[in-house]
Amino acid sequence: MKYSHANRLGIFICHCGVNISSTVDIETVKKALTGYPGVSLITDHTYTCSNPGQDMIRNKIREEELDSVVIAACSPSLHENTFRKTLEEAGINPYKLEIANIREQCSWVHSDRKVATEKAISIIKAAVSKALLNEPLTPISVPVTRKALVVGGGIAGIQASLNIANSGYKVILVEKEPSIGGKMAQLSETFPTLDCSQCILTHRMVEVERHPNINLMVSSEVTRISGFVGNFEVTIRKKKTYVNAEKCNGCGICIEKCPRKTDSEFDRALSKRKVIYRPFPQAVPNIPVIDGEHCLYLLKGRCGVCRDVCGPGAIEFEQEERFVKEKVGAIVIATGYETFPIENIPEYGGGTIPDVIDGLAFERILSASGPTGGEIRRPSDGKVPKEVAFIQCVCSRDPEKYFSYCSKVCCMYTSKHAMLYKHRVKDGQPYVFYIDIRAGGKGYEEFYQRASEEDEVLYIRGKVSRLYREDGKIVVEGTDTLLQENVAVRVDMVVLATAIRPSQDVSRIAQLLKASVDENGFFTEAHPKLRPVESMTAGVFLAGCAQAPRDIPDTVSGASAAALMVCNLFASEELKHEPTIAGVDEDVCSGCGICIGVCPYEARELDREKRVATVNEVLCEGCGACTAACPSGAAVQRNFTDKQISSMIKAILA
Amino acid sequence: MAINLSREIVHSLEREKIKEIGNTNFYLCYQCGNCSAGCPCAEEMDILPHRAVRLAQLGQFSRLIESKAIWVCAACITCSVRCPRGVDIAGFMEACRQIVLRTRKVDHLSPVELDAQLLKELPQIALINNFRKFTG
Amino acid sequence: MEISYYPGCSLKTSAINFERTALSTLEELGIYALELPRWNCCGVMFSQSADNLMLQLAPARVIMEARETGRKRLLTLCSMCYNTLKRSLLFFKRNGEKLKKINAFLKLEERDFSAEGVEVIHLLTLLSELDTSNFKMKIKKIKSNLKVASYYGCLLTRPREIALDGVENPQIMEKLLEIAGFQTVNYPFKTDCCASFQVVNRRNVVKKQIRKIVTSAVRNGAEIFALSCPLCEYNLDSVQQELAQEDETFTPIPVLYISQLLSLALGQDPKLNDFSLHRIDPRPLFKEKGLL
Ligand SMILES: Cc1cc2nc3c(=O)[nH]c(=O)nc-3n(C[C@H](O)[C@H](O)[C@H](O)COP(=O)(O)OP(=O)(O)OC[C@H]3O[C@@H](n4cnc5c(N)ncnc54)[C@H](O)[C@@H]3O)c2cc1C
Ligand code: SF4
Ligand code: SF4
Repeated sequence: MKYSHANRLGIFICHCGVNISSTVDIETVKKALTGYPGVSLITDHTYTCSNPGQDMIRNKIREEELDSVVIAACSPSLHENTFRKTLEEAGINPYKLEIANIREQCSWVHSDRKVATEKAISIIKAAVSKALLNEPLTPISVPVTRKALVVGGGIAGIQASLNIANSGYKVILVEKEPSIGGKMAQLSETFPTLDCSQCILTHRMVEVERHPNINLMVSSEVTRISGFVGNFEVTIRKKKTYVNAEKCNGCGICIEKCPRKTDSEFDRALSKRKVIYRPFPQAVPNIPVIDGEHCLYLLKGRCGVCRDVCGPGAIEFEQEERFVKEKVGAIVIATGYETFPIENIPEYGGGTIPDVIDGLAFERILSASGPTGGEIRRPSDGKVPKEVAFIQCVCSRDPEKYFSYCSKVCCMYTSKHAMLYKHRVKDGQPYVFYIDIRAGGKGYEEFYQRASEEDEVLYIRGKVSRLYREDGKIVVEGTDTLLQENVAVRVDMVVLATAIRPSQDVSRIAQLLKASVDENGFFTEAHPKLRPVESMTAGVFLAGCAQAPRDIPDTVSGASAAALMVCNLFASEELKHEPTIAGVDEDVCSGCGICIGVCPYEARELDREKRVATVNEVLCEGCGACTAACPSGAAVQRNFTDKQISSMIKAILA
Repeated sequence: MAINLSREIVHSLEREKIKEIGNTNFYLCYQCGNCSAGCPCAEEMDILPHRAVRLAQLGQFSRLIESKAIWVCAACITCSVRCPRGVDIAGFMEACRQIVLRTRKVDHLSPVELDAQLLKELPQIALINNFRKFTG
Repeated sequence: MEISYYPGCSLKTSAINFERTALSTLEELGIYALELPRWNCCGVMFSQSADNLMLQLAPARVIMEARETGRKRLLTLCSMCYNTLKRSLLFFKRNGEKLKKINAFLKLEERDFSAEGVEVIHLLTLLSELDTSNFKMKIKKIKSNLKVASYYGCLLTRPREIALDGVENPQIMEKLLEIAGFQTVNYPFKTDCCASFQVVNRRNVVKKQIRKIVTSAVRNGAEIFALSCPLCEYNLDSVQQELAQEDETFTPIPVLYISQLLSLALGQDPKLNDFSLHRIDPRPLFKEKGLL
């Protein structure tokens, strides 16, 4: 190159239509910068990011033999990558680019043209002085571990795992419960088509278990996650189940013989299960587990019947928890939801009136495999309830007392509940108290209309103020806002459509992942419209109700989208990592180790031999925490050196 | 006083009668109000058509039957053709009138009450029509 | 062409001029309407009590008469007869059980009732099926600038299954009037109810409706109404007169059966019209427009 020793820098000023030029006087800026030290070219364009704009930049770089470039335009978060490519195509190192943000930080925030013009000149001058000192850099290549971790084995996790595994990549599916299936396994029939939930779900559960690419880990939890996109390292805790899954043949004799019973979680405490148990008959895997909190042997050293009857000798009371370390390239969060506990809702008799139950409990009552074999019987005395009130929006849409958001599925499942109730109790009367009916989904409005048309479900628009018991009935005090009159119904049972909230340990998972959650605990997507299944952390994707309340169709499509993003990532062997990271001037470093403590990415270590700090190039995100903290100035960041920063300050103050 | 709802009230005989006479399922109604909005007689009614349907859904038949609205209805069928849910409100109104006429055995209007001059002037089409609606 | 014709009561009394002008118009256009040899009142209004079959007997008898003529179509002029007969026919077509029942009853008269093989058709539909050019050729009067508001009321378009044109914005009358050389006006209330039989004991409801309908039509330029229902005719005619007596600012406009206007346009004898049957005399207007 002709001028290899000297700088040949070009400035390109963007009008951004009139976004910049209406407040910043481009001609004045150009005049002020003509002859500025190091500047060989200064020109402008209406839209530098457009194709003609980029063509102009490329041509000027070639014609004028430029070796560094300042583009005065919008925020670098928008077009820095675009322009880096432009530089590369023109044959110069992309890191020789500097963006001067004269839109967000100047034209958009000022109205006085003179002031804005002067400020733009200062910003550009600072960028020029930094650009003159920019080093050519090369992106760091990082290999990708083509194996995914899926956390949560509900329908979201199942769908994502199968999609990734069927694309030829390995998957580790971690589920905290003894079986996969999640809430969908508890449902009776599903809106809007009323197909049996188990029937459509269980074959997928079995497919997961049999899939050669899926390593299913139940009764397990993720306890540690480190690393970054393409290269996470995770630690999984296998909880004690006291049953050796390798030895167990699933015969179930242990369950039969176990003498002790406790409430079934799966049946929402509407039935009892043994202490050694499977959550439900179709559980996957089909291996029983011992509930350590209720086991006589574990608590008191007595019993041990299960061990005595087990043929293959699979019962292991001595079992310890195990920790497994795995390397994965991407993570899908599918930890799902739980329903807000009714015990917290005293105005609706939650926890004190046994015949006030929540939607999931009613699903179990409706289910053919449930505690009543699908007959509608109320919990307190097993009688068939002849009048049932369904209350929607319980704790949802109630920012004052509970949650601000709409739980989305309750309108539909309440229609379903009222319908199925009426199908089974022909002379019964269902009442639905609602605020609005939100039936925006394919076939949903029609489904809701069917409830009133065919099953004479009585919809009453108004929120119930309270419930109480009187003469063996539950009195529901409500209002009909359409009629503008109060109503009171004396019913035999009440079903509350309680709010859906995220699984309660998601905050722990979110912390492990450094992924952000919203004020309600749902995982936040990178962009609500354009990147809806990516979390804020690269390589971490979201699926199902962990992200927001949603129904099965939405859950499944979101899960498939997340799986596609994972496969997208796995399609290349390596990832490019930004080279603008920290480095160490070993001559100056005293080995004090302060940087190690401040690094949020665990990229810093101490070289004990040399007694200097080191940087793991792959882990470093270039956040700059260490460079600011280093007392001796040994920590430097590429293209953000102290020298560059002070020359920028000087340029502004000059 | 709150309306006390119960299975017995909701599933009453009148409910079946209205469905049979009016040949319409008023449970279809989702209270959009279109029927009332277009009713030419709404101003004269004590209970608007959509509210009448609502009362029926809640089993409040006595209030319906005591209402003036069912007699003010001109049977113009505007409501029925516009109802998005296909409720034949006009048929429903007729059913309410019929229940009164049949159970009370008292006509809503008797020819003797009418002014002789008016009787002479009115065309038969008006009179017969009216008596068809208002007498048992 | 011959067609069976059911007049109904009003067409022989208060609306005799409707019958005369309609039949002469048809004749001019080559259609001979043959009155049923025997007929009874259709019951005036279709019974909405789905459970009471006796109330369907009157229309059933009319339909039976029509079938016995062997002609496929039965013509009606009065909107109300049209509505009643057409709905009754549909009722029996849809309810086989009810048909059987009423037949069992009619057996006593040794007659056989069926809902098949006969069709109820209104004058407006019949006219609009005709060859337009032939129709136009017969128009004698020079193009008149009389501005006509078509008033459909309830019975021609409601309920939907018997509507002879669009339910919310029918055009059939306007098209015929335009062929006959009249100007038509557009106004939003042409299918609004006039409050019908409420005229007997709730005249105020009728008055309110008619004030609304007329005011709007006049504001949109109407000089005269065209319609085909004798009850609407009475209501519009008599109530307008009353409104005009009570309120000087109210301008009443004449109310005619559509066939009266067509007959005039065809150059037929104005005597057929018997204008004295109308309270609001249309003659000055017709003279002004050169139609008389
Ligand atoms: C009463 C009721 C009725 C419904 N009816 C219908 C219907 O008819 N039709 C319909 O489309 N939708 C229905 N839904 C919605 C449906 O339940 C959800 O859309 C669906 O279950 C969401 O699946 P998911 O996988 O996201 O969550 P979940 O089913 O909650 O699965 C999450 C899984 O993750 C596991 N998990 C949680 N935390 C961790 C962790 N830290 N580590 C490991 N594993 C973890 C859980 O144990 C669970 O197995 C209904 C919902 C309710 C409440
Ligand atoms: S128009 Fe139909 S759905 Fe709407 S309020 Fe009236 S009856 Fe109900
Ligand atoms: S039929 Fe009766 S209720 Fe319906 S719009 Fe006409 S007047 Fe009103």
